[in-house]
Amino acid sequence: MDLKELIPQKLKVKLSSVNFEITDYKGELTIKIDKKHIVEISKFLKSDPELEFKLCSDVTAVDWATRKNRFTVVYNIFSLKHSFRLRLKVDVDESDCSIDTVSTIWQAANWHERETFDMYGIKFNNHPDLRRMYMPEEFEYYPLRKDFPLMGIPGSLPLPKK
Amino acid sequence: MGLESYIKDNGFLTTQLNAIIAWARKSSVWPMPMGISCCAIEMMAVGDPKYDIARFGSEVMRFTPRQCDLMIVAGTVTYKMAPVVRKIYDQMPEPKWVIAMGACTSSGGMYRSYSVVQGIDQFLPVDIYLAGCPPRPDNLLHALMKIQDKIGKTKASQFKNLPSDTKDLKLPELNIIQKN
Repeated sequence: MDLKELIPQKLKVKLSSVNFEITDYKGELTIKIDKKHIVEISKFLKSDPELEFKLCSDVTAVDWATRKNRFTVVYNIFSLKHSFRLRLKVDVDESDCSIDTVSTIWQAANWHERETFDMYGIKFNNHPDLRRMYMPEEFEYYPLRKDFPLMGIPGSLPLPKK
Repeated sequence: MGLESYIKDNGFLTTQLNAIIAWARKSSVWPMPMGISCCAIEMMAVGDPKYDIARFGSEVMRFTPRQCDLMIVAGTVTYKMAPVVRKIYDQMPEPKWVIAMGACTSSGGMYRSYSVVQGIDQFLPVDIYLAGCPPRPDNLLHALMKIQDKIGKTKASQFKNLPSDTKDLKLPELNIIQKN
């Protein structure tokens, strides 16, 4: 059976409590879910013997600036068994800017989530080591947010004295 | 064998002490290759037989700052890298010179961005700004010749030496890196 039909079918049977929205755009499958289900659905997608999405290739985010749910966290996962890519999308609002970590499921997500935290300021609950990745520890801003000026905030990054 | 016959047999020339020290200094400038990004590839090309920086006495690229006179900052300097560059510069013995190689190093170049220092002259004294992205190897040789001219025109007494009370010499703060 084709994975595009198998995945929604399995999700409906095995995870009946989870509401999801599935779209197929140009052969790329995207599943949109609520943020409280992210750990549950990730665990299922990885451990199910017919799916085996064992590789987390990327975790990133999108800043929609003025939208009600300001951020979308995007997970790109890959099934080595079927050579199939799947995208998970989760909306996160600025007022509660946090989501549960999936680094307990995919080790690779650890640094991806740190990077997303560094650039967007989205906190990953229960993350083992949520420190900044690129910017200095003392830096107070999140550079990839739409309201961050391209040239940065003057004086926010220290330089050695001449 | 007296002095006269010695001079007659071997010849002699007269010069000034300043001139001969400057000549010695400028003919063996030892560069510190601060190769941070792609300009470093062109800097390496300068060392190859085609361009051959050895013709100018600068083939000894020292990878320790303590044996260098000239720092070639070749590449984009980010805010995170700036304290490192400065620390290496501070470890070089006086007198010392700096070439800002390429557009990024001189002015931030195409990286008009929050993470890139818009010109290393914000935290380093720069002698030569070298245009190009990256500059061609012969361009870097030209910069080296300009530095040699500068050294040649300087009297030995004008070279800045280390301050006598070295306890006042302060290294830049590296709290960002050390905390990590």
